[in-house]
Amino acid sequence: MWDAFGFEFINFYLIPGLVLGCIYALGAIGITLTFGILRFANFAHGEVMMSSAYLTYTFMALAASFGLSLVPLVAAIPAAVLTIAIALLIDHFFYRPFRKSETIIIVMASFGMMLMVRALVPVIWGPNQITFVRGITPMKPYLDGMLLVQDKQWLIVIGTVVVMTLFSLLMNFTRIGKAMRAVSDSPDLARVTGINVETVIRATWIIGGFCAAVAGVFLAMNTQQLSVTMGFRMLLPMFAAAILGGIGRPVGAIVGGMVIGLAEELIAYPWQAAVMQLVWWFSEVINASGMTDWAKAVHKQMRGTPLLSPGYKAGVAFGIMVIMLIVRPAGLFKGRVF
Amino acid sequence: MAEATKVLELSDIHAGYGDTDILHGINMHVCENEVVVVIGPNGAGKSTAVKAILGLLNIRKGDVLLNQQVITGTPPEKVINQRVSYVPQTHNVFVSLTVQENLEMGAWTVPEGMSDRIERMYEMFPDLAAKRRQAAGSLSGGQRQMVAMAKALMVDPEVLLLDEPTAGLSPLYRSAIFAAVQSIKDNGVPVLMVEQNAKQALGVADRGYVLVDGGNRHTGTGHELREDPEVARMFLGARD
Repeated sequence: MWDAFGFEFINFYLIPGLVLGCIYALGAIGITLTFGILRFANFAHGEVMMSSAYLTYTFMALAASFGLSLVPLVAAIPAAVLTIAIALLIDHFFYRPFRKSETIIIVMASFGMMLMVRALVPVIWGPNQITFVRGITPMKPYLDGMLLVQDKQWLIVIGTVVVMTLFSLLMNFTRIGKAMRAVSDSPDLARVTGINVETVIRATWIIGGFCAAVAGVFLAMNTQQLSVTMGFRMLLPMFAAAILGGIGRPVGAIVGGMVIGLAEELIAYPWQAAVMQLVWWFSEVINASGMTDWAKAVHKQMRGTPLLSPGYKAGVAFGIMVIMLIVRPAGLFKGRVF
Repeated sequence: MAEATKVLELSDIHAGYGDTDILHGINMHVCENEVVVVIGPNGAGKSTAVKAILGLLNIRKGDVLLNQQVITGTPPEKVINQRVSYVPQTHNVFVSLTVQENLEMGAWTVPEGMSDRIERMYEMFPDLAAKRRQAAGSLSGGQRQMVAMAKALMVDPEVLLLDEPTAGLSPLYRSAIFAAVQSIKDNGVPVLMVEQNAKQALGVADRGYVLVDGGNRHTGTGHELREDPEVARMFLGARD
């Protein structure tokens, strides 16, 4: 019975949900770090992700023109370095002058930055969608062909676990990581403690930029497409993830990202058919044949209907964010409330 | 007292927020090995005077001297780098960091030999040793104040500035804080402390200043100020 029911769920809903969750979580780390340490909502974060994906594509194309074939992950290394440099330059020229201004001004600056980057990308790479990796990645069978996983899915999940482990070690066991948590707690106290807040801010852009770069490449690997709006479309779920977990809490961003990613994929599962399937089995166990026939018929009818059409994906993230802001504005991990 | 070296000196300070002056020509100093207490009614400019030392507000006239060097107008991070330690009245610990991490952050500007100094702090504040892995935010008010003081002492400061360290604490913790101030002085760190609990504070003070309306009203040893009838009437609970 499991091959009929469970593995379809795992292969086509749970694993894609986990993969999407990984991408959201990596992106939300940067959002929550800027929120916690620089105290503003960075609308340009999605564009940083997009830049890294386009840069990775460019390095792959460059290598190809020399007859070399680079896998995305290798091309992502110089792309991540450049992405971090872009994040630092944006901060230096566009955010730093507003450091002592009111929050709304710097939020608007980031909004402007978002529009600028998004306008610049089609100028450089053209307005059309670009194919990042060609072809259909095959689903490899595991456990006698019941579990089907694509190589890119393994890579994204394992890559995310590695980045997050490094991130957590950095935040808890290094001097700069502890200072980042200190500034997130209280920038004023950090200042009179002698902590160099500008150094901490630079570290924030480097770490947030790195996570965004990885998230951008993973996103491009997952969808196999590059488009001008790919970063923008990530923005809402990433903010939803950061708010769900609690603003300024990296652990919250990770959990929040996973929850949003899973929720977005799992709402498209035919849950009502799954319930009917349970009724069907139950009626077989108690030998109620009339009930079995009825359940079978309804199940057959409902099998192809998702609980909610995948078109409502973005609505799910938005819904979770709104409910969280009403019910528990501090988020799951007690973040900051504005 | 005259021959003692002045570690910190404020001379004729006029300062305030925006265009309004709160301090109208304040003079005070802290010498080696002494505890100096600043008392005064609300709004007298006690905390403002401390913030002026740190460069947190504009000084319009007058000078701040650290070890006879003028530091007027130096930005806060540079003043801190010269080992002037400051414990704000509220929000003085990093609540989500552990006690140990708070002390590590205290040593940010002087990281060499940090672990030895942390151990010395645990000897000085034994209560904290058992809680070193706990988040500072989970401690009681008195313990937090001790973390804040230990954190400030991590740089072996030239002078320690305390802004109302006993505000809102139970009498038991208040006494513990004043005892800690005494032992900080015994360890060779001069202390400048703004206080509301005038009677107890003057008990540990070598000297004290009474500020009223942004100016010096009385100056004297802790004992003299405690005996002064006007000070007694103003702060020590005696009625007119």
